[in-house]
Amino acid sequence: MPKDSGIGASPKRREDVRFLSGTGNYTDDIQVNGQAYVHFLRSDIAHAKIIGINLDAASAMPGVIKIFTGADFEGVGGIPCGWQVTDRHGEPMQEPAHPVLAQGKVRYVGDQIAAVVAETLEQARDAAEAIEVDLEELPAVVDMKAALAEGATKVHDDLTSNLCYDWGFVEENKPAVDAAFEAAAHVTTLELRNNRLVANPMEPRVAIGDFNRATGESTLYTTSQNPHVIRLLMGAFVLGIPEHKLRVVAPDVGGGFGTKIFHYAEEAFCTFAAKALNRAVKWTSTRSEAFISDAHGRDHVTKIELALDADNNFTALRTDTYANMGAYLSTFAPSVPTWLHGTLMAGNYKTPLIYVNVKAVFTNTVPVDAYRGAGRPEATYQLERVIDKAARELGVDPIALRRQNFITEFPYATPVAVEYDTGDYHGTMDALEKMADLSGFETRRKESEARGKLRGFGVNCYIEACGIAPSNLVGQLGARAGLYESATVRVNATGGIVVMTGSHSHGQGHETSFPQVIAEMIGIDESMVEIEHGDTANTPMGMGTYGSRSIAVGGSAMVRATEKIIAKAKKIAAHLMEAAEADIELKDGAFSVAGTDKSVAWGDVTLAAYVPHNYPLEDIEPGLEETAFYDPANFTYPSGAYACEVEVDPDTGKVTIEAFNAADDFGNIINPMIVDGQVHGGIGQGIGQALLENAAYDENGQLLSASYMDYAMPRASDVPFYGVDHSSQTPCTHNPLGVKGCGEAGAIGSPPAVVNAVVDALRSGGHDIHHIDMPVSPSRVWQAMNG
Amino acid sequence: MSQVTMTVNGKEMSGDAEGRTLLSQFLRETLGLTGTHVGCDTSQCGACVVHVDGVAVKACTMLAMEADGASVDTIEGQAAPDGTLNALQQAFQDHHGLQCGFCTPGMIMSAADLLKNNPKPTEAEVRHHLEGNICRCTGYHNIVKAIMAASGQDVSSIAAE
Repeated sequence: MPKDSGIGASPKRREDVRFLSGTGNYTDDIQVNGQAYVHFLRSDIAHAKIIGINLDAASAMPGVIKIFTGADFEGVGGIPCGWQVTDRHGEPMQEPAHPVLAQGKVRYVGDQIAAVVAETLEQARDAAEAIEVDLEELPAVVDMKAALAEGATKVHDDLTSNLCYDWGFVEENKPAVDAAFEAAAHVTTLELRNNRLVANPMEPRVAIGDFNRATGESTLYTTSQNPHVIRLLMGAFVLGIPEHKLRVVAPDVGGGFGTKIFHYAEEAFCTFAAKALNRAVKWTSTRSEAFISDAHGRDHVTKIELALDADNNFTALRTDTYANMGAYLSTFAPSVPTWLHGTLMAGNYKTPLIYVNVKAVFTNTVPVDAYRGAGRPEATYQLERVIDKAARELGVDPIALRRQNFITEFPYATPVAVEYDTGDYHGTMDALEKMADLSGFETRRKESEARGKLRGFGVNCYIEACGIAPSNLVGQLGARAGLYESATVRVNATGGIVVMTGSHSHGQGHETSFPQVIAEMIGIDESMVEIEHGDTANTPMGMGTYGSRSIAVGGSAMVRATEKIIAKAKKIAAHLMEAAEADIELKDGAFSVAGTDKSVAWGDVTLAAYVPHNYPLEDIEPGLEETAFYDPANFTYPSGAYACEVEVDPDTGKVTIEAFNAADDFGNIINPMIVDGQVHGGIGQGIGQALLENAAYDENGQLLSASYMDYAMPRASDVPFYGVDHSSQTPCTHNPLGVKGCGEAGAIGSPPAVVNAVVDALRSGGHDIHHIDMPVSPSRVWQAMNG
Repeated sequence: MSQVTMTVNGKEMSGDAEGRTLLSQFLRETLGLTGTHVGCDTSQCGACVVHVDGVAVKACTMLAMEADGASVDTIEGQAAPDGTLNALQQAFQDHHGLQCGFCTPGMIMSAADLLKNNPKPTEAEVRHHLEGNICRCTGYHNIVKAIMAASGQDVSSIAAE
């Protein structure tokens, strides 16, 4: 029987009630008294010198309060980058200045030239049209390899070139890897592109700056996955506001997927302008603006080579990747193609020798940073594509080739610097094979062929490193932040609990799943526990939600704080029952003395803590509130096996997803309903990347797919019902809940299965095709078939 | 500026609107009904779907003035006065048909329109109907399932939510 409460149960989400009845509180729903509106004038040219900006006519327009330009931000800090990568030669990456408003040059379509603050949004927009900007257009640098060519135009004049860094990993392994390729019985090579994507959470970004002259306190309401990170970055590095004078509130947030991690110029602008004007200033992004101002994701161009011995064992792997940074370094951009990508190149396999080279490149495009999976989808895609190609070249079954090379003993130290604690890759593959009904595939293929269609089956595995991350480790790797998480557990006098967490929920259902853990630990009803998040004024310093870290890191902090609560409550219970503390047991919300029938209820103890009439005041303080910070000992390593079955219409090239099955190992699971939902959503985005989505630039740096008219978001009719299985569970060994995290798996694990299936379908139709770049659109498939 | 009056969720409401004020903007900013969301500016995402005189409309494709005198139903009017969710809303909660909740008001209003005209839609009909409603969180699995469940169909054979 499934449980109906506590860990492993699937209670309905409590946050749903407000979202279903239109009473959520998203940032754009907030109106601050007297707020003014800002509209940003953005460059429509990818690369240009700013010769002059004439504000005379615009400033005289009705309702205009003030128009800001880069000149107003001289002496103000720039937008900081949170990660420094050291290159192959031990040198730090090239790190350009990133002003709040453009200074001297614009570097991508969307770069902010001026900000008009007016009484109404319409007045701000009207006035922006009257600003005269004199731009001297420069050649745009768009293609990464061209950007690195001798004599290429530089995106940043003060840098030596457009190369941000040239990273080798593990550099000392390179000679041994090269030697293994010399000795290989077979080498499979594949060149591919991991297409540039736009995260597109359905809620566009919003920022409202407010300032209280009486207290000198600034408040920023913003659509963020990590309000404390924004407070730290913006306060310390941009505006010089100490934390106690800066409050950042991220209320209900309508999806993040990575792109709401980063600190953006609009946030700093609204906070700055609110103080300068002594008025609240609000910015709400339009979707068109989001396409040219939200950090993009992916955009890698890779050559991958896999070496095998005569028995088809993987002996070495070598990759060569160009990673687009865009025009400036977004908050965590440098870490994505390096530490979140190179460290994953072993995948699920015991390849003994691996060398990864990544060249990060500046171009005149929107900055690129983490998008759901961040580096791990890029690693998984190339690895699982090249393995599939190798299986075809060798004439062996793709599943058998994978199984033969699986890591089977744990802990396992990879040649790319991480140690997997647990996993069962045969277990997830077994579960997948059952779900996907492999034995019936040939019959289904014949049925498709009878209807004139081609049918293909594709499979892949994935491993991800999440629950980021041990602070001392990431510090060595260049992170300019710690990656712990925090929780304060406040028990009230009558027994109810409020947990203030540094994690942030923007769709993940923390308000429902976090109480399940506490209810289980204490033995009380989940309805007695409430979760507070998203406001730096009432939550402890936390690093927020990304990298599938909430339950693994934030949940662990909550467990540690609750353990402190239980320890103190036992002392109180021992006093109340005049028993030894060591004899006190907590079960089903009651404290009892072992071996006796004496007990006191949870509520008796909590009341005693706040009404300490009969209380050991000489030993312990009154009250029942504890805080814990949890810094993980290692990453967590969810893994899985995914399968996709497609049908291809040879007349049009259209690919239809006929079935998609996913078997994941997330370790222990708190709320299976929510976990399944996370996987569904990730698969939806992965299918979107594989079949539909592409942020396409032309050679002048114009974004061609800058609205939902042109950027193909997956619709309900593009996807099937998914099969998901989480029966394979190898608990994480180093966090108290044994959890691994599930937020990104679907997006990491699904694109290669789709492309592998399409290639399989085309080959079954006699087309000698090994690869089609994503998105596998009808035109690309048709061209592949028709040469 | 002109005064616009409409019956919203059964209650007469008025406010000033410019000629260019969209119905979505009027509902959110003038009437304070922020349950109707705006997720794009090209009328694709469907987060702003409301019913105008009983017909599902993307509130960003209509001027406030065009709705003068009309009867408008929004997400705020869907639950019972005591807050009890209606059958469709309840099915979304029961089947985890929402995550961040941003597209949800439009999904509910659009699905209500489908079920009014097609009380027992097939999976394909549900998916086709949702062409104009984008969700980025759920991969649509549980949305389709919730809508079919709300129509009284047995969804137990569909994979778990």
